[in-house]
Amino acid sequence: MEGEIAALGKYIGAGLAAFGLGGAGIGVGNIVGNFLAGALRNPSAAPGQTANLFVGIAFAEALGIFSFLIALLLMFAV
Amino acid sequence: MAAEGTAEGGSGFSIHPMDQFIVKPLWGDGPVGTFTVTNVTLWMGVALLCVFALFVLATRHRGIIPTRLQSVAEVFYGFIHNMVEEVAGHDGVKYFPYVMTLFLFILLSNLLGLLPMSFTTTSHVAVTASLALLVFFGVTLIGIARKGLGFFSMFWVSSAPLALRPVLAVIEIISYIMRPVSHSIRLAGNLLAGHAVLKVFAGFASMAIISPLAIAGAVGIYALEVLVAFVQAYVFTILTCVYLKDAVGDAHH
Repeated sequence: MEGEIAALGKYIGAGLAAFGLGGAGIGVGNIVGNFLAGALRNPSAAPGQTANLFVGIAFAEALGIFSFLIALLLMFAV
Repeated sequence: MAAEGTAEGGSGFSIHPMDQFIVKPLWGDGPVGTFTVTNVTLWMGVALLCVFALFVLATRHRGIIPTRLQSVAEVFYGFIHNMVEEVAGHDGVKYFPYVMTLFLFILLSNLLGLLPMSFTTTSHVAVTASLALLVFFGVTLIGIARKGLGFFSMFWVSSAPLALRPVLAVIEIISYIMRPVSHSIRLAGNLLAGHAVLKVFAGFASMAIISPLAIAGAVGIYALEVLVAFVQAYVFTILTCVYLKDAVGDAHH
């Protein structure tokens, strides 16, 4: 019985941890959306900023990946 | 993991989405030790052979009119060289060969992992953490060698009010130490998640009612994964350049 409750908590926790990925989605969407808005206003400046775009995406995404990692740890390692 | 997947029952999945990441010895079923030749060893070796084939064999007869493979090699070379020069600055070009090696190894590991029945070496944190830790320690050592103790002034934000500086220094140091963690987990997590999603769609394909939808979904996800393979290799290398800039760039703080 106790083991089952622990397993239940594990799966619920993993599901809750996956919510963090939504934040990463919002962050990445925000960055790309703003990049596109800027690029359409001034297309000639856009190619020089692609590196910044990808670095920004990477940083925003990393935090979501952390919560994905927590979900995986709960599922398979705890 | 396999037993767990089938024992749950009722899910109707014939394959477990995480089975593809199990490290197995290449021969026999023995335990995996430090020197066991596993499927990871095999696919890393294949990735190295592909890099060798692309950059040594394809460019052996360097012609004015390049062959198809030679122009691929030239495009990659020019792309990464520009990136290092733009992001890390002129002084960073000295470290271009290492950045190039990182990019090619990660890119080819990612792409080889997309072959059916293959193994994605970069989906394992052990592999990506080795790469990220080498970058972390390399950058720190280069920074200390070039700037001496001035390298640590990076953590002392002189543009902030004096009262805030110690707090900011603690935050900066923590974020500096977390760099290899996020650097490696990003690559491994992206590939792990992508390949698991691919296998989940493949599992749904065994259910007759939704199989056309599932197969179409798997094809779409596969196309996305090819893009992710390139983007993640690019992101890993460009972050290496950004970190390198801290070590070799001008002291702007």
